[in-house]
Parts: sequence; structure tokens; C-alpha cells
Amino acid sequence: MYNFEFAKPKTVEEAASAMAAEGAQALGGGQTLLPTMKQRLASPEVLVSMTGIESMVGVAVRGDTLTIGGATTHAQVAADAADLYPGLAALAANIGDPAVRNRGTIGGSLANNDPAACYPAGALGSGATITTNTRDIAADDYFQGMFETALDEDEIITSVSFPIPEKANYQKFDQPASRFALVGVFVAKTADGVRVAVTGASNEGVYRWTEAETALSASFSEGALESMSGNLDDMIADLHGSASYRAHLVGVLTRRAVAACG
Amino acid sequence: MAADGGMGHATKRREDVRFLTGRGKYTDDYTPAKTTYCAFARSTVANGKINSIDTKDAAGMPGVVTVFTGEDFAEVGGNPAGWLINSRDGEPMKEPKRPVLAHGKVRHVGDAYAAVIAETLEQAMDAVEAIDADIDELDAVVNMVDALANSTTLVHDEIGTNQCFDWGWIEDNRAATDEAIKNAPHVTTLELVNNRLVPNAMEPRCSIGEYDPGTGDYKLTTTSQNPHLTRLLISAFVMGIPENKLTVHAPDVGGGFGSKIYHYGEEALVLAAAKKLNRPVKWTSTRTEAFLSDAHGRDHVTKIELACERDGTFIAFRTETMANVGAYLSNFSTATPTFLHGTLMAGNYTVPNVYVNVKAVFTNTAPVDAYRGAGRPEATFSLERVIDKAARELGMDPIALRRKNFIKPDQYPYASAAGLEYDSGNYDALMDGLEAAADLAGFEARRAESAKNGKLRGLGINSYIEACGIAPSNLVGVLGSRVGLYDAATVRVNATGNISVMVGAHSHGQGHETAFPQVVADMLGVDPMSIEIVHGDTSKIPFGMGTYGSRSLAVCGSAVFRATEKIIKKATLIAAHMMEDKPENVDFEDGDFSVKGTNKKVSFGDVALKAYIPHDFPLEDIEPGLEETAFYDPANFTYPSGAYACEVEVDPDTGKVDICSMIAMDDFGNVVNPMIVTGQVQGGLAQGIGQALLEHGIYDENGQLLSGSLMDYAMPRADDLPNFVVDHSHATRCTHNPIGVKGCGEAGAIGSPPTVVNAVVDALQRGGHDVEHIDMPVSPARVWEAMNG
Amino acid sequence: MPTITMNVNGTAVSANVENRTVLSAALREELGLTGTHIGCDTSQCGACVVHVNGKAVKACTMFAVEANGADVDTIEGQAHVDGSLNVIQQAFQDHHGLQCGFCTPGMIMSAAALLKENPKPTEAEVRDYLEGNICRCTGYQGIVNAIMAASGQTPAIAAE
Repeated sequence: MYNFEFAKPKTVEEAASAMAAEGAQALGGGQTLLPTMKQRLASPEVLVSMTGIESMVGVAVRGDTLTIGGATTHAQVAADAADLYPGLAALAANIGDPAVRNRGTIGGSLANNDPAACYPAGALGSGATITTNTRDIAADDYFQGMFETALDEDEIITSVSFPIPEKANYQKFDQPASRFALVGVFVAKTADGVRVAVTGASNEGVYRWTEAETALSASFSEGALESMSGNLDDMIADLHGSASYRAHLVGVLTRRAVAACG
Repeated sequence: MAADGGMGHATKRREDVRFLTGRGKYTDDYTPAKTTYCAFARSTVANGKINSIDTKDAAGMPGVVTVFTGEDFAEVGGNPAGWLINSRDGEPMKEPKRPVLAHGKVRHVGDAYAAVIAETLEQAMDAVEAIDADIDELDAVVNMVDALANSTTLVHDEIGTNQCFDWGWIEDNRAATDEAIKNAPHVTTLELVNNRLVPNAMEPRCSIGEYDPGTGDYKLTTTSQNPHLTRLLISAFVMGIPENKLTVHAPDVGGGFGSKIYHYGEEALVLAAAKKLNRPVKWTSTRTEAFLSDAHGRDHVTKIELACERDGTFIAFRTETMANVGAYLSNFSTATPTFLHGTLMAGNYTVPNVYVNVKAVFTNTAPVDAYRGAGRPEATFSLERVIDKAARELGMDPIALRRKNFIKPDQYPYASAAGLEYDSGNYDALMDGLEAAADLAGFEARRAESAKNGKLRGLGINSYIEACGIAPSNLVGVLGSRVGLYDAATVRVNATGNISVMVGAHSHGQGHETAFPQVVADMLGVDPMSIEIVHGDTSKIPFGMGTYGSRSLAVCGSAVFRATEKIIKKATLIAAHMMEDKPENVDFEDGDFSVKGTNKKVSFGDVALKAYIPHDFPLEDIEPGLEETAFYDPANFTYPSGAYACEVEVDPDTGKVDICSMIAMDDFGNVVNPMIVTGQVQGGLAQGIGQALLEHGIYDENGQLLSGSLMDYAMPRADDLPNFVVDHSHATRCTHNPIGVKGCGEAGAIGSPPTVVNAVVDALQRGGHDVEHIDMPVSPARVWEAMNG
Repeated sequence: MPTITMNVNGTAVSANVENRTVLSAALREELGLTGTHIGCDTSQCGACVVHVNGKAVKACTMFAVEANGADVDTIEGQAHVDGSLNVIQQAFQDHHGLQCGFCTPGMIMSAAALLKENPKPTEAEVRDYLEGNICRCTGYQGIVNAIMAASGQTPAIAAE
């Protein structure tokens, strides 16, 4: 890989100033970025590590909101949020593998917005708020297509706040090689209605399946979805599955998520 | 039998200790002083004309020592194919040159056309990016049907065709087979694909070249299953370095599965560079390079017909196969789809007519060669899938149909209709064992339980035979091999009684350091820990043909056996001399020599010492020393066989297949270390299940490898697999080698793919889905699509 | 070049590395600890798993500079002080949990991390935990049996 300058700030302010440098990029756990750099497909000039910023690490609950520091690892979320927001903790507990979960961070995952990653479904499905060093961004505004987000180049995800729903469940159908989601569906039932977020399936990245949300808001049951399947138009087709297979899985996994919510 | 550590004992592996403590020494763990690093420029297009390669900028980059292009090797020889196959019309196969570096054209994505040597690896990689290659992309030949039909888009312009050969086996049987099929009461036909696999040994290839200008000696340290063959190919064909000036050393090797049998251009390059620079040159493959440049496996497209009587008696098998050889002929690539495939197309059956046609096809893809099983998995898959389909069409139980046609124990030696003579076996005994272990009576209850959980359960059965112990030079010579396939061993008894055994086989996970001493210890009655195996280094070993084709124990182990017999014979002379009696009066038992009918006795250790202190030897009768070498060339292949059963559950909502059970009943003949044998079968089963459910080397129409990393090429993980039931107690000895062994390394990978697919099709059929076949890998998407038309 | 200090297998060490040097390369090339292996470039195979501050990580997917000041445990530090195999290593030998040995260091380090978190895992939990460690040789059965045995439990189907 290409060489780079390395910064390991202790505070968000130091990080923000480091990120102002030309060619700077935030480094979370590096579980996607390092392999990309090894392939010489990314060439940041400065890497700013977020994992030394104590205020960006940890899981806290205030009222009905769970807040996760941007540099918190998947393993920590899986452990610390298990009682607070089990649906989300279970999602975190099934990202990658144990060694990846010990390094990968929620901020890194959301900033990358891989179209097959799990956290985008959790954040969008929960109606989370992504807090950066400069502003709050609603999940509905944050995800803007495959690998695209509302983040500015030098913006840092400091925390993510999840309204804790009445019930939630994430169903992931593994792509057999990468163990990313071939399709993943996050369903959250709140007092205001039901949110359904789908990852892995669409060329547009994570998205809300509004037809299912409407049906489930009317009646939160598998039967409400009948034999509904995802919209074929935007579905990814690749060596692991056709568009129609993915659209079918969207329906299956949504029904399973609803069933698992109990 | 020695009570502990001898033949038949599940001795724990001594080599494990260094591997478990991080002290294994693999090639990449060696970095000689002043090493330079090599990185390759590889083609990003599948087919391209090289107009020019400008290396000026690269050569001027920091740390760069030198740059090579194909031009530098234009006068050097090519890497040859080891087997000459003749087409049906008698024409020899087409053999385009396989250069060290691509010259004139690049022929597959990953084809190396330049190499940079620099002080550090990163500097070498930086400089690769600075090479200015002007390459015109040409249309790629990817699909085999198109490749044969299209005479204008060629992988190798100079041969005028994409067909390497059109081979018939046995050509003289063709007319009779055609006639038998035409007149048969029932013919079952199946078209299938044997999916391309990427071997993915966990240790990527690595090669280090060194040159000593004082002596003119070259040394290649490399990841090889087969160091002597690599030396032979480099010496005789590629670089002309005399064999006695080239040492090839393969230290610990991290898996191979076939991919490290072959000589690769990178090995020649680091040697040439080492000489030019007078410094060591090291290249370590990345996984990405491994996907693009290691020899792949399988990749057949086949139509098979089974003709039979209404009662299920087999009349004929006829097979037409297209075998992808990729862009260049790798060393065994022409043997794999022919003599390791066609000769097995009678299976375990008393079928009178067999004919196989194989067209080998060049495509703009990575070379394809032997991968665990090598031809035999392709044969078994075709046979056992079409037999399963025939059973359904005939309304017969698939086990009954197989049993009806099995060769019976009293028929050995049995001359198969595909040209081999099977020496021993008992397929009914294996099937009996399988039926007992598989609890077939309980299947319906298990199926009902699965159904309650919304799953479709299926049962798959399979029987296989393979030809191993590759093998007899006289036979392989007739079949087109350009080398002999014997093996060699030297047993050196040192003066203090410990023993070094130099063997031509080379372990890359098979536990030779433990198993071979068990053979010697058993024969000499000594502690196995006093015996050490030396392997992998051409400067220390008489000769060898390496480890592949489940041959190590059957062929090299037999050489060890023969050399040890010679040791005993010589030691008996010395013992007789020591006890002042005639050799014919001396017995050797449990490590002691004694004179019949007396209490005179000397131990093996005393004899060993005496061999090196021959103060009173009658030197005209006994030479000093105690060291013997044997070359062993067997009389025949060995023929392991087995019966397998698998139960699967299919999730009808997603198409996902879960393996519930996998039972392997194998006949490996005599077993030296049952723990190691069980491990070999388990590993083979995992690879076979990987082929059946997960793995697929898949190129797009432009020749880009879509599954070119572990992100897209699905390797079996722990949670993809069940616990296996492995049983090798239903054994019949191999009749022609001294240890009675048959070989176990490939069985699991041969027997399991059709078992799994048979089970999946059975599950769907029982679930009311009219699905006759699904090509591997039987992925969730493919199953769901098959179920939903 | 930055100098980093680490406590590797209980010994304080320092190494000069580039920022781009990954931890696995620093261990192998700067410190000569070649037991940590590199089997892929996409963070999938797990041959490079080591412990950093007590947690299993893939040493190929972490910059050496990120380990500055950290405790790092590798395969070379796993055996007992007298050189004898620890309970996990011994179980791998007893249950034929390795063949070529290349994935083994990562397997041992992952197994150690698992048993620290979960001293009595079920077989399914063992298989699930090994999601990030690929073995091409064993079919995993010997590995799973070894880890079950190391946890004091009886493997489902024992080897010979």
C-alpha cells in the first residue's frame, strides 16, 4: 500500500483539526479500509485514528435513547447494548467475525456505507441520528446510495443515537464468502409505527421498504406481508444471486424478522 | 505389530509441536541476508496483444534493482506439459509454449508480463505501477463451446485452433458402445457441469532464488509438493541449469491440494534474477495473485448417458466432456481430464461398454490442472449423478441399483471396461457398513421431523472407485506420461542406532514425519522416535516424484519398506558375523538378531554400531556402513473405493442447504495411522462439500475472474460443516505393494460432491419439486431458482 | 520512521516501522516472529490472529503504529515456560486439529480468545466463533474436537 501520515488524536477537536489536512481520512477499526489500501484502491495521505478518543467510545442510555460513541467496536456494542437494545446488539454480534468485531467500529461502518453492511440497516431501521463533530443528521437523510453518505470529507461521526423501539429484529442471510449480508432486513416496531430497512439487496444501498412498513404499521404480523417481496427494479444481481432471488429474500427475511419480534 | 507407534497405531503427530508453537518454517519465513523482493506486473485483460512494455520509469524508481520482461526470456525454454495425449485421429496434442513471462501476448487475467526486483516489496510494487505497458485488448475466449466453434478468436494464434486435443477412450470400444446404447431398453442422459475450483491452500506460493557465483550453484526455496520434478523441469526444459547445480528445497508447505505440484514461471524468474543480481530474490504471492495465477481445478462440461436393461443391469456408459485447460498447459493438465478421468468411467460396476470422449479446450483463463482428486471427482460425479437419475427413472432404489451392478468380491482381479485392472475391493461390504451406519430405517422419521420445521430432507448415496498410488511407470508410459512415476527412499542407520530416512514424497500436511517412521519402526523393532524423516530437499534425497494422487505411502512408503528390507538383510550379515554363524541361521525379531536354536543374540543397535566399526569385517563379503536405497515402481495403480451417504435439509424459503450428516465408508487397504487417515478423509469431505455447495471459480464473458478473492469465493468454514462419520474398517489389502495400502488423501473430495447433490435432488423430489439436476455449487440462489422454475 | 514499543509475549520490544506497516509484517519481519502467518489480503482467513490488549485481532488488518504501547500476544508465547504445550495446543495435537499447520497459529489464538470469553462453549458456539479462521486441511472436525476437549468437554465424535 501507499504510505501516509498517521495521527492519533485524543480529542474530537484535535481530530477535527487533523482531518482538515489535504487528503486526510478517518480511520476507525480499519477492517474495510486496510484491505482496500492493500489493493492500492485507496491512498489517503493522512490517516486520523479515532480509536484513541475516549469520548467517542462507549454505550450509554438516556431515557429511550441509546447512544453509541463513533469509535465503539462491534464487540463492545454486542456486549454493552445486549440488555438495552437487544435487536441492535444482536446485529452487532453477527458482523464479520470475532476478530473483526474487536476492531471494527460503528462510525467506520456508517461512514463507509457498504451496500451489504449490517449497521446501515440498523441505523436506518431504527431511525437513528448520526451525530458528527458539526451537526446531527437523521438516518433518513444520511444514507445517499452505495458508499455515499451525507458526510462532508472532513466530518467525523462522534456518536450515533438510537431511539429504542418496542421490538426490533435483524435477519441476515449471509453471502457465503464475505459473510456480509446477501440480504439483511432490520424491522423496528415503535409507538409511531414500523420501520423496515433493507441492506445487501439494492444498487442504491440501504433503503426503507415503505410498502412493508405501511402493511406492518397496520398490522404487525407476518400475515400482513402475505407473499410480498422487494421491488425488483433496483435489486443487485451478481454471482451470489439474481435480482429476483434478492427481491424474494427481502420478503422472506422481513417476515422472519417480524416473527422473531414476537 | 509394534505395540505403540508401529503400523496401525494412531500415533500423535510429532511435527505438530513445531506448528503449534509457531516454529514451523514455511518458505516465506526464510529471508536470506541481502534479499531483494520481486513483484509482478500482471495482465488486467484476458486476451491482449503486447505492443510494447516501457520499463524505463520503473527502473528509475527508488530501490529498484532491475526489471524483467518477456523479452528477457524469449530464448529460454517453456514450461512443458508432462503427458502427451494423442487425439482420436492420432495427431499429437497442441502444445503452445508457456513462457516464463508473457511475450507478444497476454492470455489470461493475471498472466505476468514483467517483474520488478527492488530492495523492498513496497518499492517493487510501486515500480510495477510505473511500468508503461501498451497492450491492445482482444476479444476473450472464455466459454468452451464458443472456443471450439470460433476459429478466429484464438488463445494461441500459432496453433490455429482452441482445441488442444480430441481424445477417445477406448477408441476401439466406441462403435460397440454406440451400438449398445442405440439398442438399449433404457437410456438415462444427464448434462452437467463440474465447476471450476480455486485450490486456495492457506499458504500462498512463495519462491526464493539464490545463486553462489563461487560454485555456480543455484538454490530455489519454494512452496512445492514435488521438489524433484520442479528441479527436473527447470533443468531439462526451462533454464538448462544442470541438475547437479540446482537445489530445490521445499521446507514446511502449508497445503497444496495439487496447486503446488507444478513448476511455475515465478520460480524460474527468481533464479534468473538471483544470478543476474548475485543476491537472493524473493517473491511471495498475495491471495489475489493466487486466485489469478495458481492452477485451478475441474471445469468440465459433460454429457453422460447410461444405457441399461429394464431391471437395471448396466449396458453402457458414454461420456462426452469438454475440459478447460485454461490459457496454457500446466504440467499435469493433459493427464487430468484423460487418464485420471476416462479410465475410471466404469466406476465400481460390471458394465461391459464404456466410451469417453474428451475435448480439451484452451481459453483465456488461468491454467487448470489437477486439484485434490484430479479427474476422478469428475468421473465419479458424472457416473453417480446419472446412476441416481436412472434409479428414479427405473423406479428402483438407488442402493439396489448400485448393488445390482457392483463388481463382486470373487471377481478380482477385475478388468474394467475402461481399461484398468482393479486388484481388490468389496463394494457390497462397504455398502453394508454404510447402510448400518446411516440408519436408513430412521430416515422417514427424520424427514417428518424436518418437515415439521418447514424443511425438506433428502438422502444421497454414492459409491466411488479411484486410481491412486500414481504409479506404475510402465502403465503411465503407455498412457502418455513423459516421466516415470516411481519413488525412492534411503534408510541410513547411524552408528549410534538412530535412523534417517530420506524420502522422495513431501508432506504438505499429511503427517509423513510421523507415519513413515511407523513403517520402519515396525520392521526394525525400534523406537519410532529414533527415526527421522528427511524430505523436501533435492540435495539430501536420492530422488522423488513428490506427493499427490494419494501416492506417498503406496509408492514412497513402499520404497521405504524395500530399503528397510535391504537394511535388515545387510544387518543380518553383520549379525551373523558377530555371532560367528551363517546368515541363514540368523533370525530377526523385535529388534534382536539371534541364532536359531541357541541363546546367541545381538541387538539391532549393536549391529548398527558394528557396521561403522568394521575392525574384523570380512570386507570381501560385508561392506562397512548401514545405508540402503530403494527405488519402488509398483505393478499397478491402487484402487481405493467407498460408499457415502449424506442427509441434507433444504430451506424451501431461501434455498439454503444444510448438511445434516455425512458418512464415509472407505476401503484404503491397510492403514498405518488411522488418526491421520481419518483427518485426510475429513479434509477431503470438506473440500468436496465446498465444491458441492460453495465454491466456484467463475469468469465473466470478458475473462475477468468474478470470484477472485475470498470475499467472493466461498471457502467452507467451520459453521458450514457437520461432524463427519468416517470409517475405514471395511478394508481389502492392496495386493501388489508390500504394505497393502491404497491411499486416502483424495477420497473425501471424490466421494462427497455427488453424494451431496444426490441428497439435494432427493430432498426436492420428495418435496414435490420436479428437479432432476442442479449444477454445483448448489447455492441457495440456484436451489431456489430450480424450485421456482 | 516511527519507533513503536510493544510488550510482546511479556517482553518489551521496540521496532522501527513505516506508518503503512501492518502489525503482522512488524511481527514477522522486524521481530522475527514468523509464527503469525499471512494467508490472504482481505482479512478473511485468520492465519494472522494475535491478541492485542487481550483481544483477538487480525494482525494483517491493523497498523503496527496502532499497537504502539499495547500488549501483544502471539503463538510464540502460548506454550508453558518450560516449553511444553498449553492445554489448547496439547488438545490440538491430541485431536488431530492440524495438518499443514499454516492456519494453526490463528486457530490457537482464536480458540484461546473464545475460551477466555466462554469457558464451556457448545460445539455450535465453537463453530460460530471460528467464522473468521479458514482451514483448508482438516474439515474443522479435529479443531472443533480439540477446542471442546480443551474446555474440559467431550467431543461429539472423537477421532481415532
